Formats: sequence, C-alpha cells, structure tokens
Amino acid sequence: MLNQYLPIIVMIVAAAGTAIGMIVATTLIGPKKSFPDKDEPFECGVSPVHNPKSRFSISFYVIAMLFIIFDIEAVFLFPWAVIFQKLGMFGFIEMLLFIFVLAVGLVYVWRKGALEWE
Amino acid sequence: MDIVIPSISFSAIMPELVLLAVGILILLLDVFSEKHSGKLAYIAVGGVATALFFAMTPITDPSTTFAGLYSADRFTQFFKVIFLIGTGLTLLISEKYAKENNINHGEYYSLILFATVGMMFMAGGADLITIFMGVELMSICLYILAGYTRARMASNEASMKYFLLGAFASGFLLYGMGLIYGITGQTKLVKIAGAISANSDNMMVLVIGAGLMIVGFAFKLAAVPFHQWTPDVYQGAPIPVTAFMSSGPKAAALAAILRVLVEAMNFIQVDWIMWVSVLAIMTMTVGNIAALVQSDIKRMLAFSSISHAGYALVGVSAATSDGVSAVMFYMLVYTFMNIAAFGILALVAKANEQNTSIDAFKGLFRTNPVLAAVMTIMLFSLAGIPPMGGFMAKFYIFMSAVNAGHLGLVLVAVINSAIGAYYYIKVIVAIYFQENPEKPEPVKAGPSLVFALLVSVIAVFVLGLMPDCYLTIAGKALLPF
Repeated sequence: MLNQYLPIIVMIVAAAGTAIGMIVATTLIGPKKSFPDKDEPFECGVSPVHNPKSRFSISFYVIAMLFIIFDIEAVFLFPWAVIFQKLGMFGFIEMLLFIFVLAVGLVYVWRKGALEWE
Repeated sequence: MDIVIPSISFSAIMPELVLLAVGILILLLDVFSEKHSGKLAYIAVGGVATALFFAMTPITDPSTTFAGLYSADRFTQFFKVIFLIGTGLTLLISEKYAKENNINHGEYYSLILFATVGMMFMAGGADLITIFMGVELMSICLYILAGYTRARMASNEASMKYFLLGAFASGFLLYGMGLIYGITGQTKLVKIAGAISANSDNMMVLVIGAGLMIVGFAFKLAAVPFHQWTPDVYQGAPIPVTAFMSSGPKAAALAAILRVLVEAMNFIQVDWIMWVSVLAIMTMTVGNIAALVQSDIKRMLAFSSISHAGYALVGVSAATSDGVSAVMFYMLVYTFMNIAAFGILALVAKANEQNTSIDAFKGLFRTNPVLAAVMTIMLFSLAGIPPMGGFMAKFYIFMSAVNAGHLGLVLVAVINSAIGAYYYIKVIVAIYFQENPEKPEPVKAGPSLVFALLVSVIAVFVLGLMPDCYLTIAGKALLPF
C-alpha cells in the first residue's frame, strides 16, 4: 500500500535535495564580493524600503475592475465559441444578450468618465 | 455529443426580466441626458408595477424550469409580490428624500431594482447555486446602497460594516452548501432530499452543513446572535434604504430558509426545528429589550425589525403548512407597516436626516394631524393591536405554533409582544401628549409619499379585517410538506 506513494517520496526528496544542494553549492564554491546594493533584499527591482503612505490614482482600481469583467467575458465566450455550431441560433442570441448587458456597462462607465486618465 | 437545450420558460422569470430591463434603461437614461433625472423614480415605479402585473399572473401547475434551477410555483410568486410591494413603496418614499439629499442618481434606483431581482432569485431558486447567486446579487447592491449618502460618515461606516460582515456570512453559507454538496453530490434541493433518503450515512456532516447554511441566512435575516451589524447599518444607511433593507431582504432570507429547510432538509426536521426555535426566542427577546432603551427612532425601528424577524421565525419553527402560510402573510403585512413607518420618519427627520430622535415626533399631532394619525396606525399595527394587519399576522403565527405543539415558544412570543407595545406607544405619547419646544413648521409630504402612505393604510386595514382571502392565497402557495 505504502509502496504506491514511493514515487512521491522520491520526488519530494529529489526536489528538496536539488534546492538545498544549489544553495549549499553556491555558498561553498561561489565567489563572495559584497557591496551595499547587493546586500539589499531583492524585490523585483522595487526599493524594499519606502514610505507606505505614497498615494496613487484610484483609476488603477477602476481599470483593474474593468479588466476583470472583460476577462470573465472572454472566459464565457471561449467555450461558447467551441460549441457554437451545435448551439445554433439560440446560443447566438443568448450570447448577444450577454454581450449587450456587458456593453451597457462599458457605455455607462465610459460616459461617467471612469476611463479618463487625469 | 448532442447538446440538449433545457426547457426554458421565460414567463416564469418575467418580473425579473422586466426589472433588469428597467434598471438598465435607468442607468442609460441617467448617463445620456440630464433632463430625465426628475422622472427616474417614476420610471422605476412603472417597472415595478409592470413586474407586479406579471408576478400576479396565476400559475396553475407548479414546475421547475431552467433545467431545474428555478421553481415556478405559487410560493415564489407570493414572495415576488411581497418584494415588489416593498420595492414599490421604497421607491415612492425615496423620491422626495433622494432629491433633498442629493442622491437622485440613476444608480440609486437601478441598484434597488437589481437587489429586488436578487431577492426573487432567492425565493425562486430550486438549486443551491441559484439561491447563492440571488443572495450575492441582493447583498452587493445593498452594500452600495447602505453607503449611498457619501457625505454622511455614518453611512460610510454602515456600508463598510455591512460589506465586511456580509462577506463573512456569505462564507458560512457557501461552506454549508459545500458540505451538503460534498455528501450528496447534488445541488438541486429536491435531489438533495432524494440522495439523503437513499443513503443516510454521514449524518453528522449533513447536520453541520445545514447548520452553517442557517447561520448564513440568519445573518441576512438579522436573527440574534447574528444581528450585530444590524443596528449600526440600519441607522447609518439612508432612511429609504433602511426601510428597503428591513423588509424585502428579510422576507427573501425567510423564503430561502423555508425552501431549503422544507424541500431539502426534511431528514433533520427535528434538529432544525430546535435551532430555529432557539433563534426565534433569542431574536424576539434581544430585539425587543434593546428597542426599549433607544431614543433614536431609526435605531428603535432597527431593533423592532429584529424582533419581527423573531416572530416570523416562530412560524418557521412550527414546520407545518399553516406555519409557512402564516410567515408569508406576516411578511406581507410587515412590508406595508414597516416601510410606511420609515417613510414618515424620512419626512419628519427633514433633509440630511437632521433629527431622527424621538424628539422630532414631539407635537406632530399639532403640526401634521393626518401624518400623526397615519404614524399611529402603523405603530399600532407593528405593536400588534387589532383591527390592524399586524395583529392578524401575529395571531396566525402564534396559532400555527400552538397547533404544532410549541406552547413554550408562543408564551415567550406573547410576552415579547407585550414588551414591544411599550416602545411603540412611547412614540405615540410623544406625538400626542408632548410639546416640541422648537415649534417646528409643518412638514410637507410629496404626492408619491402620500400615495405610498395611502396604499399602506388601506392595506394594513384590509389585511387586518379580511385576512382570509390572502391567507388562502398563501395557503395555496405551499411547499410540499
């Protein structure tokens, strides 16, 4: 019974071994030249220490929300497109309605000026 | 593989479709032309009236549609009518308030309509997913509406609190649904019941799942001990929104509880009758006792709405067809009297809700005798004094519980009813027997508010004097017991 799990244990050991091995190897045989910039924690090029109160535009959130809505639209459109032929006219009209409702939302935010970037 | 498109009956969801279309129309009208802004409330009322027409078209044979996701039966219809009445009255009392408080935007009316659609899906859902979608649609609209008067700090606080706690409650609800689905492998209520009767292993998990779902619904219903958000949110939200939140969503939560418990959870009836009884006792008692000490009418009505949810739960715990029809009748009467009372409060409190304390009502009889009389009728009805509708509603609830053998529960309810009379009468005393030192000018009600109050007064008397025919309609709306 436990034999079934042997490959998983081997996998865990191999994965952990590789990671630990790399760290140990670089610590032992890597060159060590230290300077201040190199000692900083690395965070995708952003300075790790800065004022947390910096303000940024609320427009980021609006754009992010809009992105999610249209992202989800794409999620629904994809399976629909795959079986489009089988669904026929009914599916076509249903999807048009769905897109219409989302389009109304887009028209609404557009007219409200949510897409203006000041 | 062929795709079989399930039978779809658009007539079953006609009221929802009408409200959605009107909601979208209002949004578009609002962004494209300024000149319609005065008419938005009336367009919304027109939409509600049209939806009401469709909701009242009788259904001869109950059925499920949309592949069993939605039930088109009289239970759904009766609750739809309650929601639409609540929404219509809210829109009517909103009209003047919205203009005075600078919230007369298209979004305000659209959100109310969309929330109503959510409630309808809660009442009509025959599937856990449909019910959850309804809960979320309703709740998200209400979170925004609670914070609609952005200039008032209390309104912002209400919105934030409601959102955080509401999201938490949705988690409970979803967790409960997840457990039930995990055990039965079904999300359709009828099939859940079937799966359980076929295989009743894992009873413990089922009981926990059902309990978590009741917690989620009890939060939306504001039943004690899940009521902590209610006073602050009801007090902070704009008055018409409070009126809306304290009637429709409560009825929707009750509808969902009834449908889930009766259609899917018959197997643990003994357990849920006990839970609901305990909830009912706590809800009535805490609601009434906390309402006693309030000096702010808005907060008092918030606690009073908690206690009314408790009375309705007494009917649920009866777990008989009489109990269910009594609950439905109760919510119908409660919608009229509760929204009318809030409507008068919105008028008396003046623009920007300057004064919502009991002092605002002092001497109202001298300045506005008619308004004072209407408020008295509504408060007497809320207190449950004959011949108003509130009395008959309580009477049927208590009778159904007595017939089901819950004598102790009814005793607690009757004592609570007596406690409740005190704080309603306190307001009536202020209206008739106390002088307002500030000598205020008489307040002027707009035509839409007058219409809403007139309808409510007539309804409260008609339901109080001739409850039989409405009760018969509710009786026919029954779920299978």
